[in-house]
Amino acid sequence: MARSLKKGPYVADHLVGKIERLNETRERRVIKTWSRASTVLPSMVGHTIGVHNGKTHIPVYISENMVGHKLGEFAPTRHFRGHGGEKATVKT
Amino acid sequence: MARIAGIDLPREKRVEVALTYIYGIGAPTARKLLQFAGVDPDLRVKAMTEEDEKKLRDAIDSMQLRVEGDLRREVQGNIKRLMDIGCYRGLRHRRGLPVRGQRTKTNARTRKGPKRTVAGKKKAIAKK
Repeated sequence: MARSLKKGPYVADHLVGKIERLNETRERRVIKTWSRASTVLPSMVGHTIGVHNGKTHIPVYISENMVGHKLGEFAPTRHFRGHGGEKATVKT
Repeated sequence: MARIAGIDLPREKRVEVALTYIYGIGAPTARKLLQFAGVDPDLRVKAMTEEDEKKLRDAIDSMQLRVEGDLRREVQGNIKRLMDIGCYRGLRHRRGLPVRGQRTKTNARTRKGPKRTVAGKKKAIAKK
């Protein structure tokens, strides 16, 4: 179910504050965040945001196309490295 | 004979049904389209006049329906956008896995294609 329009997009407050401050000073640096559920706003375009994947902060450069998606969509939490022991089982 | 949106409609079927052979037109759209164009939905395609065909073609235009090539291109474009921005759904499209959170331990054969048996997997258990 979609979120009510009345509430507007969800963005963590601390993130909004940081972005606004950076926009005022025209500064560009990586903002670390744990808030994967935050929506990408148009004001974030051009910034690089370090999105936590449970282990590290993945730097995500925000482009115009990403507006409306959630930050977590750009930092995968699982890393599939293939099924193990495929060669070993052939021998036995 | 009746060629609409680059597709030959089946001649023996009722127009209402025949229209659904066009990509982007399902049963509800077909019904709306016929009402808009003022063509009898129970008419067989072979019994349609040239005028009826023209009415239908104009109706598709004026209802601004995206059909066939245009629609396919739009869908492809949407998928490409997801892949380009590197989001989770894009990654799933790239790998040919289900996009909407379905299980992949079993099933998911529509996306993954025919089974590829892993060599030696069963033998290892049998010999033990």
